[in-house]
This record gives sequence, C-alpha cells and structure tokens, in this order.
Amino acid sequence: MLNLTPKKITPRTALRVNPCKTCQPVGAIYCALGVHRCMPHSHGSQGCVSYHRTFLTRHFKEPAIASTSSFTEGASVFGGGSNLKTGVKNVFDIYDPDMIAVHTTCLSETIGDDVGSYIMDIDLPDNKLVVHANTPSYVGSHVTGFYNMMCGFINYLSLNTKSPNGKIGIFPGFVNPADIREMKKLASMMKASFIMFPDQSGVMDAPMTGNYEMYPKGGTTKEEIISLGDCAKVLALGIFTSLEPANVLKRKCKVPYEALPLPIGIANTDQFIMELKKITQEEVPPALEEERGRLVDVMLDAHFYCYGKEVAVFGDPDTALGLTSFVLELGMIPKYVITGTPSDGFEKKAAELFDLFQVEGCMAKASADLFELHQLIKNEPVDLLLGTSYGKQIAKAENIPFVRAGFPVLDRYAHSYFPIVGYLGGLRLTELITCALMDQFDRECEDEDMDVVM
Amino acid sequence: MREKELVLDQYNAKVYKNRKEHILQIDESAEDQAIAANSRSIPGIMTNRGCCYAGCKGVVLGPLKDALVLTHGPIGCGFYSWGTRRNKAKTESGENYIQYCFSTDMQEPDIVFGGETKLRKAIEEAMEIFHPETILICSTCPVGLIGDDIHAIASETEKKYGITCVAFSCEGYKGVSQSGGHHIANNGVMRHIIGTGDTPIEKKYKVNLLGEYNIGGDGWETERILKRIGYEVIAVLTGDGSVESLRNSHQADLNLVMCHRSINYIAEMMHTKYGIHWLKVNFIGIDATIQTLRDMAAYFDEPELTARTEEIIADELSVIAEARAYYHSKLQGKTAALYVGGSRSHHYQALLADFGISTVLAGYEFAHRDDYEGRDMLPFIKEDADSKNIESITVEPDPEKFKAFLTKEKYEELRARIPLDSYKGLIHDMKTGSIVVDDLNHFETEEFLRLLKPDIFLSGIKDKYVLQKANVLSRQLHSYDYSGPYSGFNGAINFARDLTMGLYTPVWKFVIPPWKNHSTLQASLAEITGGEEATC
Repeated sequence: MLNLTPKKITPRTALRVNPCKTCQPVGAIYCALGVHRCMPHSHGSQGCVSYHRTFLTRHFKEPAIASTSSFTEGASVFGGGSNLKTGVKNVFDIYDPDMIAVHTTCLSETIGDDVGSYIMDIDLPDNKLVVHANTPSYVGSHVTGFYNMMCGFINYLSLNTKSPNGKIGIFPGFVNPADIREMKKLASMMKASFIMFPDQSGVMDAPMTGNYEMYPKGGTTKEEIISLGDCAKVLALGIFTSLEPANVLKRKCKVPYEALPLPIGIANTDQFIMELKKITQEEVPPALEEERGRLVDVMLDAHFYCYGKEVAVFGDPDTALGLTSFVLELGMIPKYVITGTPSDGFEKKAAELFDLFQVEGCMAKASADLFELHQLIKNEPVDLLLGTSYGKQIAKAENIPFVRAGFPVLDRYAHSYFPIVGYLGGLRLTELITCALMDQFDRECEDEDMDVVM
Repeated sequence: MREKELVLDQYNAKVYKNRKEHILQIDESAEDQAIAANSRSIPGIMTNRGCCYAGCKGVVLGPLKDALVLTHGPIGCGFYSWGTRRNKAKTESGENYIQYCFSTDMQEPDIVFGGETKLRKAIEEAMEIFHPETILICSTCPVGLIGDDIHAIASETEKKYGITCVAFSCEGYKGVSQSGGHHIANNGVMRHIIGTGDTPIEKKYKVNLLGEYNIGGDGWETERILKRIGYEVIAVLTGDGSVESLRNSHQADLNLVMCHRSINYIAEMMHTKYGIHWLKVNFIGIDATIQTLRDMAAYFDEPELTARTEEIIADELSVIAEARAYYHSKLQGKTAALYVGGSRSHHYQALLADFGISTVLAGYEFAHRDDYEGRDMLPFIKEDADSKNIESITVEPDPEKFKAFLTKEKYEELRARIPLDSYKGLIHDMKTGSIVVDDLNHFETEEFLRLLKPDIFLSGIKDKYVLQKANVLSRQLHSYDYSGPYSGFNGAINFARDLTMGLYTPVWKFVIPPWKNHSTLQASLAEITGGEEATC
C-alpha cells in the first residue's frame, strides 16, 4: 500500500500528491443544499457537477441535486450567457425550486463570465429568485466555496429592515447534518431564538418514507435568510468558514458577530454555551450540565488508553482545529495537524492550542497534502490517525488505528447521523478513539495478554 | 407508445423538441428504430453525464498502474478521479501508481500568467521522487483556455529524462460527454504506446481484452476463464493494465471488445494498422459468456480448442448449477431498468435474463448512435460541431507488423456467423414496448419509475438514493456497490446474490410505520397485534 512513498522528504513547490482539499464548487453546492427548496446550479461544463453530486452522495448516502449550464466548446468561446438563461428557465419549468443558487467553475471564471449581469437580464417567474457566488477552483478549497456561497445568499437576500427580530443567527460551519441538529438542540436548551444558516439537517439526512422528495422539509428558508439582517447578533462557528459571511452580513446589515471555534470538545462547546448564555441571559439547564458531566466522566474513564498517545489530525481547517482541541483534552499529543486548505492563521491557532496544553514537538501546516503527512509519519510515527476517508491508505500502509471524522467520509455508513460537535459529539469521539486504540491492542497482543476486562 | 409521450408531454416546447429524439419506445416490427445520441445536453437539465476529462483520465488512462498520470489543472478534477472507479490493480512489486492522485493544483497566478512553468516543475519533482517510466499529462478546462502547450512539454520531458511522456488535451468542455475523452485517450495510446514494444510473444491464441476496466475484479474473472481454456491475454485495456503490456499488444491474434463505446477506436485502428480483427464480446451473463467463448473458438477454429472450450463451459456450469437454480427461483418474473454508460446497459440485460428478469428500460449516458443501432449505420451519422472538435486520426498498415490471422475467405465466412468487426447495438436485443433513453435525466428517471414500476433500477451513485427513497431497489452498476466481480460464471452468481439480498432485505417491510395502516379508532378497540399488519 502506497509503496512508492519514500521516507526521504524532498521539497515540492508544484506537484500536489494526494490532496487534503478539493475545489470550491462542491462546497458551494453543499451550502445551497442547506437552503429550503433551493436548486444549486453549476455554471460551467457538466462534468464538474457530475463529480460534485457523486462526491456528496457518497459522503451522505443521500441524493444530492444540482443542475448545470452544460457548456460545450461554443459556450466556452462565446460566453455562457445563453446557457445560463436557458438553464434557469428549464430548472424552474422542470424542477420548480423556489430559488436557484448559481456558482461558477474554473471554466466560466477563466473566460470571465459576468454571472451577476446575466442574472439581472433574466426574466424570472413570479416569486422565484436566482442568487450567485463566484467560486473559482484555483482559489482556496471547498471550504472557500462553502462560505462564498453563504456570502452570495447574504448579498442577494439579507436585509436590515430596522425592525429587530430578536433572534441570533448561527453559522454552523462546514459540518454534517447531525452536527447542525446538535447545535440547534444546544441553542434551544439555552432558550435562544435563532436562525441556522445554512441548515442541511432534514435535507441531507431525510427520512425514508417510500416517496422521493426532491426538496425535503429541511433547509434555511428564504425568509430566514432575508431576516438574518435583522438579527441581534451572529455566532460564526469555525472562524475559517464562518468569519467571512459574518463580515459580509455585518457590512451589509450592521449585524454584530462573535466568531467562535467549531464546538468540538469540552472547551469549545463550553465557549458556545457561554456565548449563548450571554445573549439569552438564561441559566444553563441541569439537563445540559448533566450531559457535560457525562462526557467529562467518560473522558476521565478513558484517559488511560489515550493519555500521551500521539495522533495525526487532518481535514478542513476548523474541523482539524476542533479535533485537535478535543484530543488535547483527552491527554493526547496532536503531533501533526494538517489541512489542505490554504489558511492564514491556521498554524498560529494550532500553536496556541499546543501552548495551552503545554505539549511539545507538534507541528501544524496549512496547504499541505496527505503525501507529506505520510512521509512525516514514516519518519516519526503516530499512534492514531484522525481525519477523512483519504487517510485509510496511510493507516493501512503504516498499520495505524484510524478514526474517520470530517469531510469527506466516503467509506462508512451512518457517520453523518451522529454529531461530533457538542458534548454528545465528544462522547462519540471518545468512543471512536478509544475503541480504535483498544481494537488495535486486541488484534495485535499476545494470546496471554488478551483480556476481556479492560 | 404511451409511456414515452406521457413523459415528454410535461416538457416545454423547446425541451420537448429536443428530448423526443432521444427517447424510443421499441417496436420490433418497425424497420427503422432510430434515436438521437451524442449531442448536447440541455442546460438546466439534471444530466448524469460527465466530461471529456472524466472519459480520458477517469476511464481510459486512470487504470494504467505503471504510469504516473498527472492532472494539469486546479485541484478538483484530479481529486474526484482519485480512487473512485474501483479499477482493481496489483503488481508483483507492490509499486502501483493508481493509489495516488497527482495534480499541479493550479492557483490564480498560474491561470493569469500561464501554468507551463508549474507543470515543468511538477514533472521535475515527480521524476525526483517517483522515477516513473511513463508520465501521462491530462489537461482540465482552464488549461485549454489559457493555452498551455502540454504537448510541447511532454516531448521536452521525453528528451530530458528519456521516458515516455504523452499529453492529452482532454479539457472538460470538449464534446458533449465523457465520450470525447475516450476518443482522445484512445488516440494518444495508439499513437505513442501500442506497438512500441518488441518483446516477442511465442504463444498460441493470443488475445487482448479491450474496454474492460476491472471494476470489482471483472477482468480477472474473465481472464481466469480464458486462461483455463488456453488463451493468452497479452493486455487488458485498461483495467489492471500497464503501459508495458500495451506496448506489445499489437502481437495479438484477436482483440476482444467489451465496452464498445470507450474503445472501439483502438479496435478499429489496430485492425487497420496491425491486421488484428476484433470480436464484440460479452462476459456479463452466463449464456452471453458461453456464446462469446464459442464465438472465440469459432474464430481460432481448432478442434482441440473447441473441445477444451466446451469442457470448461460444462465444468463452470456444473459448479454454479445449484446456486443458479436457487437465485432463478428468487428473481424470476422481476423487471429491471438500466441506466449506465458504456455498454453495460446492453450487457446486463443478458445477465438479468439468465435469472428470468426482463428489462423494461435501458439507457446510455454517453453512447453514440452505433451503440444503439449497430455499426451498420455508422456511415449515416452526421457530424456536428461538437464531434468535429474531437480529433479523429487515420492509421496506415504497418509494413513490418501487419499480420492478419484470418484469410479473406475465412473472414467473410466468419463475419456472417459471429460479431467480427461488428456490433449490432442495444436496440437489437430489446423487446417491443420497452423504452430506450439516451442521456436519461433526473426528471425522466422519476417519471419512468412511476410509469414502468421496475422492481430493480440499475444505475449509478447519483441516482441510487433517489430510487431507493422511492422504494425501488437500486444497485450501482459503475461500482457494483463495492461487490463483484459480476463477469463470467461466478460473477453471475455474485450478481444474483446481491440482487436477491437487495430485494429480500427485511427493512423494506418497515418503510411504512404500523400506525400509518391503523386508524386511531381501530387501534383503540382492536387487540394489539404487535405491528404484524405492517405491509410493504
């Protein structure tokens, strides 16, 4: 497995091998799927959207809809205006969404299609909307595309009507539906009145009823996105994902925000709860305190298997930092913390965590790839790998226990139905991590060391 | 022709006009059953098609295990075509490039100032770290637009490092689907790789297996049977394939063509250049496999080989006899719909028929008219702007390497009996009333599902959960849902086992909760039955 990866690390400036990121449009589509009755539309050649739908379907095991402008060479030379016009008409005719969210691709970006002007020239049916975001794949990553699409919705829709709605906006970051559901639960327990944007819960984990629904019940509604402009405050969870849309909303509608880490682990969840408490002025309910207490209890029980173990964490910047914070709380040492997304400040944020927990010999790197991570591990191994499905070959090659978390997880079922955020998410992560370590021990130990009691 | 019209009538006039040409309800008594294919998808329609890059890198070149395939472009294209096609491949040394994804990960300045410098540097780094003997460069949309000369860089690379380096201009926007990419890949492989080896192969009954991508190990199962009979498989194009084996593939006595669409270009060019005839084969389905093995025996026409063929067929059949009867009893009478690319929508009808399942709908993602109507109609296909953009190369007979296995008379005699250098197409095997759809889209999938009510819908991942949520079993025919192989005799049983599992899995019975079938009044008066009345 991965036998061609040499131990010797040579500098690379041009060759990307086994990337730890992908392109903007897939993030834009995922964002748009979190808006109720919205059709994501890819403005470019149809291959991109085919890849993106495939990829999202494989992660969620759910249908992922999206239409395309179906460029061929003609449109690439003369511009995609007429393709977009025809496309929008056909989408409303055939699939009847309330809204179309157009994002660009490398192709339409490189030829310089002015999607904003095209949209202005389209005669839309009554009560229908088209929004857009520029998502060139040669900038940033899928995370960038996700927040660019959020900005697109805000730019087109959000309004400050000068009549406050008494709500807070919650930007959940690039997470699974179950994570969003957990965040909503926490916010409700804190008696907060809120608008979650975007919200893929109920869309990308819709129940089986025997009837296919192109637009399941979930998703942030158009009215809610408009109303974001009247919110008292926004909680932007995951600074590398949610800060930019929070800024856009602030500039446009004067809504202040607080940027917080993704609520993964105790400290980050505590911070989220404290922030909610500050806003609602409510006491933390006993049920929530108990939930937290149960997590601390289990982490304490399990510390014996985790303490001092070295772990490599990789994935999207906010997820990777959240997971890093959590494994530190378990007493583990996050030896390598890698993200493929180019992110200013990622390395600094990770270093702050290393300092906080006084661990040494750890490194963090943005714009890295999994080939580099593998080489690092070959030189100085770790006890656990924590990240997306694309780590499985490294795990096999080096015989390292492997826990899947983040985006994408393509090779396991039901993962997106369980949160990794909140106290409940902490429980799940503790279970996954300790079980992985214990399974490895049982598999490899001598017969006389095989105990039923652990 | 009821169902066809019921679906089409819901479109607006412009879409109706276009789509009606792409849908055909079979009438076996009609002489001319034509269908429009290989033309542009309509913007806004949720098509399942991919792009030129997907056809070139994803399908044809990707499985070559000893080549470093470098995607020149932003990261997405390389990322999505990384390890997602299940092209199983193994090497004796364990050194295998298909576990890796190589990309130049172009950034904004590369788009503005050109990406050639980065590509050269990436090649230099690849050479230093991996020492490949072959580099294949595949371009993506923006590379074509900004005009990076990947072909010049490829020939520079060959000179500089003394390796094989071939560039493929397979930008996503070329053509109307993956199909253009297959053609571009075929051209490059034919021009630069096939026939460049001179290791003599002194074996009898030498064949190449073309258009077999070894999804789920299909190619290995086919090879196993062929080897049992006594055939020598020189090269598989391209599942578990290697550049090294391709170099010597011109020495084959016969080319076997599985996926007609993706590789007929190579079959034709090898016929012209090296005199190698090709046979349209199908190793999907029990009866189909038997037919193919007999066609092959007829081609080589030696009593010993013919006898050995029958012996192996009998032996393989005896091994699966019991399982075959069991699964037939479980599956008989069911109906299926098929929507896949390549030739699978045709091949799998044979396998379904083995177990008594009839096909009510079949569609291709990226076929041309000859895949539907047979190669006899090739001269009548009108070229349009999109197909003219894909280069078509002409080859000449190679003065040294040309060697026809059959005499002219034997060829004529055989061609009347077996699909030699010919293919009759999908429509030929479909029954009256069944539907053929080219470029089936999301809307039509839902509509035909409602109208035809197939028990099984064999399609891809993008459709899978749409179908499943609509209460219909769906199996992925691109990846076999991580099962397989489905080829040959054992594969047929695997397939039947997987369908049986899918149809009989108890969870279907729980889709509707018991309280949906009980009125509140009944529930409060009747004896509690523990939900036994829940039906599926």
